[in-house]
Amino acid sequence: MSDAKPKNNRVAPPSFLRRYGSQLGIIGVGLVMWLGFVIAAPTVFTNTFIYVAFAQTTPQFGIIALALTFVVITGEIDLSFPSIMALGTAIFCIGVTHGLVWPAALVLGLATGAACGWVNGFLVSWLNIPSLVITIGTSFLFRGLELVIMNGTGVPLTADMYPGLHALLRESYFGVPVQTLWMLALLGLTWLLLNRTRFGAHVFLVGDNPTSARLMGIDAVSVKTRAFMLTGVIGVFAGLMTSVYGYYFWPTTGDGFLLNTIASVFLGGTSVFGGTGSVIGSFVASYIIGAINAGIVSAGINAFYTQLCFGLVIVISVVLQTIIDRKIRRQSITGR
Amino acid sequence: MAEASPRPGETPVIELRNVSKTFGEVRSLSDINFAVYPGEIVGLLGDNGAGKSTLVKTVMGFHKPDAGGDVFFKGEKIDDWSVARARGLGIETVYQERALCEKQPIWRNMFMGREPRTAWGLLDVKKMREESARLMSEHMGFTSAAVHPDNVVTTMSGGEKQGVAITRALYFDAQLVILDEPTMGLSLTETKKTLEFVSNIKKAGKSAIFIDHNIFHVYPVVDRLYVLDRGKVAGVYDKSEISMEDLIDRLYRVARTGTLE
Repeated sequence: MSDAKPKNNRVAPPSFLRRYGSQLGIIGVGLVMWLGFVIAAPTVFTNTFIYVAFAQTTPQFGIIALALTFVVITGEIDLSFPSIMALGTAIFCIGVTHGLVWPAALVLGLATGAACGWVNGFLVSWLNIPSLVITIGTSFLFRGLELVIMNGTGVPLTADMYPGLHALLRESYFGVPVQTLWMLALLGLTWLLLNRTRFGAHVFLVGDNPTSARLMGIDAVSVKTRAFMLTGVIGVFAGLMTSVYGYYFWPTTGDGFLLNTIASVFLGGTSVFGGTGSVIGSFVASYIIGAINAGIVSAGINAFYTQLCFGLVIVISVVLQTIIDRKIRRQSITGR
Repeated sequence: MAEASPRPGETPVIELRNVSKTFGEVRSLSDINFAVYPGEIVGLLGDNGAGKSTLVKTVMGFHKPDAGGDVFFKGEKIDDWSVARARGLGIETVYQERALCEKQPIWRNMFMGREPRTAWGLLDVKKMREESARLMSEHMGFTSAAVHPDNVVTTMSGGEKQGVAITRALYFDAQLVILDEPTMGLSLTETKKTLEFVSNIKKAGKSAIFIDHNIFHVYPVVDRLYVLDRGKVAGVYDKSEISMEDLIDRLYRVARTGTLE
């Protein structure tokens, strides 16, 4: 309506829905699904043990989704993080089995993640190779390196051998599993990094229009490289978290993480086209994916339904997100 | 033709000496000598492919000149010339392609590449929003209901987008503003506003490089004119030396024969 003009030429902000639509959508999907589980299996879902279980397991891939969100916003993808998880954790294990104190080995492992991320970032941004292609290559490279170094063997990581490491990555505090405390802490940190630092601002700009960003003096190579390095470092941290949870480092660490993690990022509303995305979305989506896993089995539904349910939730959510987004856009375009 | 320095004794804001730029087999610029003096508006004319945009992007640090060519800022030779360096020294550009990130809100575009930070080193988002709102109403004269600092650029009209690009260039107290075809795709009133803006740069004692296909836009606002042809400077004119009709004649001639005389 034309009489809906703001007074005194005051400009109208975009609607709340316009700004936070996709985040609200994903939280809505999460709530509806949770209610569905509560109704389907009230005895299981009113008991705390199920929540403890998935508060322990979800962050193992969820924290990677937080970091991977940065890479996806820059318009790239990293398919090699499961291999980085394994390689970094392998380096950690070699450190501790060769007499290093575990904090030093931890630093060494995380540095390995940073180095792997740097390799990915360098190949993608400096040589301009599509990340979809090159990270498949580096995925084999990092995994192969890990298998050769470890000769295919695992390393036990029990609580009496490494009490400090278990306190850091496996215990519960105030009844909350430390994995979820890490997830919350990393959500806070990555939110700040993405929304309140120059690096975060440049992640959005580079992903939106790399040429414009470069014309305005933004170093796209450095921004993308740092995003890949972040994924590498957090990937190794997740690798350790996963291994400590199972008391053992398996050379196959990281298998089965790829699709969960990537699905969390896209389900969370981060656009595959780059330039838009949110870590809050990835956070909520990770728990949705984690809940499907834990929920289906606990609700007594045949585990064969897990993948079917995954598929339905992801496809329906992404389709809804796209439709809502287009609707909101069209309104604001015709509004002028 | 003004071959020698038009202002003996004065130091140019920016000067290129013997600058060439080669992309693979293609030589886009060859042995360019180019200078802009303080408080001067320099027009850059030439056909498509004459090298105007390449020249501008070299001045701006986006392209690195081939070996043997030098960039001087206020008389000082600068070797590590880059966009960040150029912008740090007060050179801003309004690009032909506008260089906006269209999925981002206006405030992110306004401060692209030089985001203000708080004492804590974090992004000062509040300041970015408030300053964008202030600049939009004071400098761009936006009253449209659809324009709010949080609006994404996609939803804006061509003129409004250009407004963002121009305001961004001026806000940071630029010494030299480069306008690469700023009137392209604009309506008549928007074009008029942009041309007024160019003359205001001069009144503020700053310099500008103005590039446009349309000689009727360029001639009235500039002090000096460079004519580029096939990557070379074909001629430099003081506006007092040449009438618009004469200039048009010469431009036709250069397009046909490659020489101005």
